[in-house]
Amino acid sequence: MAAQAPQTRSNLSEGLDLYGRPPWSRAAGSYLGWGLCLLAVIIVAAPLVSVLWGVIGRALPVWHWSVLTEPTTATGGGLENEILGTLVIVAGVGILAGFVGILSGVYLAEYANGTFGAVLRGASEVLAGIPSIVLGYVGYIALVIAFHWQYSLAAALITLSALTVPYISKATESALRQVPTSYREGADALGMAPLRSLSRITMKAALPGITTGWLVALAIAVGETAPLLYTAGFSESLPTLHLTHAPIGYLTYTVWTFYNSPFKGQQDLSYDAALILVVIVLVLIVASRLIVSLTQRNTEKN
Amino acid sequence: MTITTPDQVPPPPLDPISVPLGGTGGTPFLRRGKEKLPQVVSGITALLPLAALLAIVAVLFWKAYPAIKYNGFGFFVRTTWRPGSTYANPVKTGGVLHPLDVSYGALPLIAGTLESSVIALAVAVPVSIGTALAVVEKLPRRISYAAGLFLEVIAGIPSVVFGLWGALTFGPVLARDFSPLIAKHMPDVPVLDFFRGNVGYGEGLLTSGLVLAVMIVPIVAATTRDLLRSVPRLPKEGAMALGMNDWEVARKVSLPWVRAGIIGAAVLGLARALGETIAVAMVSGSILGTVPPNLYEGFSTISAAIVQQLDGALNDGTGFEVRTLAEFALILAVITLLTNVAARLLVRKVASTALPVGRGV
Repeated sequence: MAAQAPQTRSNLSEGLDLYGRPPWSRAAGSYLGWGLCLLAVIIVAAPLVSVLWGVIGRALPVWHWSVLTEPTTATGGGLENEILGTLVIVAGVGILAGFVGILSGVYLAEYANGTFGAVLRGASEVLAGIPSIVLGYVGYIALVIAFHWQYSLAAALITLSALTVPYISKATESALRQVPTSYREGADALGMAPLRSLSRITMKAALPGITTGWLVALAIAVGETAPLLYTAGFSESLPTLHLTHAPIGYLTYTVWTFYNSPFKGQQDLSYDAALILVVIVLVLIVASRLIVSLTQRNTEKN
Repeated sequence: MTITTPDQVPPPPLDPISVPLGGTGGTPFLRRGKEKLPQVVSGITALLPLAALLAIVAVLFWKAYPAIKYNGFGFFVRTTWRPGSTYANPVKTGGVLHPLDVSYGALPLIAGTLESSVIALAVAVPVSIGTALAVVEKLPRRISYAAGLFLEVIAGIPSVVFGLWGALTFGPVLARDFSPLIAKHMPDVPVLDFFRGNVGYGEGLLTSGLVLAVMIVPIVAATTRDLLRSVPRLPKEGAMALGMNDWEVARKVSLPWVRAGIIGAAVLGLARALGETIAVAMVSGSILGTVPPNLYEGFSTISAAIVQQLDGALNDGTGFEVRTLAEFALILAVITLLTNVAARLLVRKVASTALPVGRGV
């Protein structure tokens, strides 16, 4: 609302401000504004509580520990193959995306300046914004069909890595940028070779930040469905380590496929899988927070 | 041929830290190569995201080209979804093999994608700005930390879990307790009658939009929070010295300071909402071929349609449906690419704050 032009002096003598408003109106505006902001905080928090409550409330009553040790059958069973499959996929993404992401983050922080660096940085950020189903579809057309890999671990890993590399690369870059220049200059002055100075000095100082980004990428790899449906396929047998021609099961598939199944055994499995997914993600987030707070405490001491 | 003359004594061992990897030997050219090694290797990996981006667009275009040719520009205004006859012999039109009587239109899916994203933005942006303001300017540090943790967890929850929540918990509650109130009391006039209609069982446009809103709040709120933190202290202190209270400072100094950035944050959220797949597919009702007539009707988005139709599309022996889905994926990729670039340019205009990638936080 546009305020009117300042009025005459008489406003002030009547106890009104320059805009002719009584003194309580500004205080009321402040209370109203902050009240709405607090309401917004509650609106943000409420769905999360409801999601967690909903998942736990559905999964706990039907929870059996045998879910962890039995493979999926046609009408129920357990989640052993999906849990192991998710772990294999996450480990693979951790290695592949970790390798590519950290190295490209190093390049962006240490060597890439000017327009070329900006282009690479922008490409990486935009890649993270490409919808995951588009990545999954391209993975299907290119890797599963054109390369004849069929539904396979390799297709899944490459597709998921394309999705997660930008997170690791971004985290690595900003962690390296926070390492003081004097560290690098000290290493140079001692005559250290670039590779050694990088691995012994700068990377060491940036390790907590890099690890945090890596954990975020792992959490995403755990939770993604769309890029996997048409690259990893699904399998009821335990994961083999064959890179191609062997579909692999994973937890998100169970939730996506079984939640509206006519069999109660399968419905229960989808709730269990959702619970396990949420627990894994929470553990990864808490771990990354712990790393941040522990290393911050260290730096304060030094 | 190892002939050692007396004056060729081995050099004294060097301090290990000053020895370049691979020793000090070799020609100057080799040594220079070793020093350049980290830059070259990391440079190659840094090119991979750009290469992946180009490969994505190239693969989609290559796969979709025949479909683009056959569907033509009418694709964007048609509302049909007719896979054609799988029994009749396939037909060739303009060199493109396709089933008899096939006709696909993109209008319903494009409309569904835009409508659900607009609903998500309309809800998420005000809520995110309010949260960011409270976290930066008002709440004590400890609660701000907790709010940050909440945002991080929301960003981390798998979208399939949001879909489960939307389909089993949130959607039914919405359709039972909330939607009937709006549907009944909205006047039956143009525009507003979009809010009237049969509220159904909770799978449709409104549920999808609200679930999307929950999912994009982290990226919008976290970006806005970081922008607000980057507002310099002096103008705020100046405003306080002029007698403004803390709300007036937040409203009249901080927010206008980063306005373009907040628009950028909203566009970043829009890009995420446009592309979200699994959660929407679980709560959309999966109606193809009609533009949703009201807020509660089932519909579908481009991404949800791709994930749900690809399985069946593989039965089309001519491969035409797979190609049409590739055209959809190309449209979606181009739209999200443009929105992402626009958002990043907008935010960079205001502050050099570290932008979140993908889901944010």
